[in-house]
Amino acid sequence: MKEISIHFTVNGKKVSLNVPSRKRLLDVLREDLGLTGTKEGCDVGECGACTVVMNGRAVHSCLVLAAQADGAEILTVEGLAQNGELYPLQKNFLEYGAVQCGFCIPGMLMSSYALIQENPHPGEEEIKEAIAGNLCRCTGYKQIIQAVEATVKR
Amino acid sequence: MKNFTYLQPKDLKEATTVLQKFPQESLPYAGGTDLLGLMKDGVLEPQRLVNLKTLTGLQGISYRPGKELELGALTTISEIAENQSLAEKFPLLTQAARQVASPQLRNVGTLGGNLCQRPRCWYFRGDFPCLRKGGDICYAVDGENKFHCVIGGRPCYIVHPSDMAVALLAYNATVEIQSPQKSRRVNLKDFFVLPQDDYLHENILRPGEIVTRIRVPESAPGTKALFLKVKEREVWDFATVSLAMVLVTSGKQITAARVALGGVAPVPWLEETVSRSLPGFTLGKDAPEALAGQVLKAAEPLEQNAYKVILARNLFKQALEELAKS
Ligand SMILES: Cc1cc2nc3c(=O)[nH]c(=O)nc-3n(C[C@@H](O)[C@@H](O)[C@H](O)COP(=O)(O)OP(=O)(O)OC[C@H]3O[C@@H](n4cnc5c(N)ncnc54)[C@H](O)[C@@H]3O)c2cc1C
Ligand code: FES
Ligand code: FES
Repeated sequence: MKEISIHFTVNGKKVSLNVPSRKRLLDVLREDLGLTGTKEGCDVGECGACTVVMNGRAVHSCLVLAAQADGAEILTVEGLAQNGELYPLQKNFLEYGAVQCGFCIPGMLMSSYALIQENPHPGEEEIKEAIAGNLCRCTGYKQIIQAVEATVKR
Repeated sequence: MKNFTYLQPKDLKEATTVLQKFPQESLPYAGGTDLLGLMKDGVLEPQRLVNLKTLTGLQGISYRPGKELELGALTTISEIAENQSLAEKFPLLTQAARQVASPQLRNVGTLGGNLCQRPRCWYFRGDFPCLRKGGDICYAVDGENKFHCVIGGRPCYIVHPSDMAVALLAYNATVEIQSPQKSRRVNLKDFFVLPQDDYLHENILRPGEIVTRIRVPESAPGTKALFLKVKEREVWDFATVSLAMVLVTSGKQITAARVALGGVAPVPWLEETVSRSLPGFTLGKDAPEALAGQVLKAAEPLEQNAYKVILARNLFKQALEELAKS
């Protein structure tokens, strides 16, 4: 019983796996499924680099056990682009120069994505709140907020 | 992090029975946002995690006018922050929930876990054999104690980290606790324990007991409430000091009050003297200075944290001023 079996959906694909109980969602995504777009920063819920969307909500995959994702729908940064075309948020991150080293970007994108799904026309304060759990050491956040604003403009 | 057995009990009885049978080795697991951090740091090494999330009946918010508010222990902090009837009827809970951690953590963290989370003291979380971990001394006494408690500390100077507990204490909430044998209900105030009574635990839960529900009495007509939290930085952080104030008023006259503080004691701290002194006070007319001096009157700050007493008194004045305008 120190192994658990999990069945869940990742980026629209059904996945079944047996993994050691101590594995977190982050470990399974990166090590077992090769989805290395999701980054590991602080490991303790402070930086947001590991953010993925679980059942429509942004979560830290470093603080979610793989077992907790059993039955869930997970979306990672790899699942944003469709048919080879970048998702509008991604295009705007490029357009507005919201990316420097890029380490925080998968998490920023997933937090912003979860926000837009719930609230298609958020204001600046709501955008800031949505990315409050995501740390960026490079951009100063301004361009990131502009990129999200451009995406949600009516 | 060490491996463990992840148990999925089918009901409350099975969950509490396992927890009782393996007292040192098993722990309840809700959102995991606190527990996983402790396990990663090797502070706790449970051999069994008992997943509560799939148990039925412990989720959700139920409120009918004229009745108590009922919050299932597995309700997430986000659900509380976003619930419309809470915002109207129990605004302290909304205000506190919105200031807990970050969106990602609120989406996963539960109310039960929030009340039962372990202290954030860096000696407790770090590589120190401190009193609370079964060692001999509290390193905060002569160490880095800027964020430690100013009252109720002896012999261990943690602060209780929960924001929700401070708001719930001001609302005079009760906690329902379930063991394999029975269910009991206690006032939130009696749920938490001071180190002088038990420095190894933060609450009265015994092995095999879990929190199932939190209940909040309906507010009297004329109730005004405010939750204020000071943190070292604007975005998410634990409280350096927080304050929850509930006033029952008739016009501008206060007829009853409950003031609770966070970040100052090893338990969410009820300011009993000040709560008793407030009735008779007229909002917007009487000066809060004299009463503010009573806040944390018996405090015994450590070397680096006397600022918390000033902060608490200023928050008290700010709350009275803001509630006078509402
Ligand atoms: C970076 C960071 C920032 C944070 N900031 C804040 C903050 O600002 N304010 C704040 O209040 N908190 C904060 N937290 C703490 C956060 O973990 C809690 O707010 C969260 O609600 C805990 O819930 P959980 O379900 O994840 O608990 P878990 O991690 O699942 O459990 C915590 C503890 O409670 C026990 N437990 C859980 N449920 C029950 C139950 N029903 N009955 C009995 N025991 C139970 C577990 O065994 C464990 O010991 C922060 C945490 C992190 C990592
Ligand atoms: S790696 Fe998960 S929050 Fe930093
Ligand atoms: S772009 Fe470097 S951390 Fe954000």
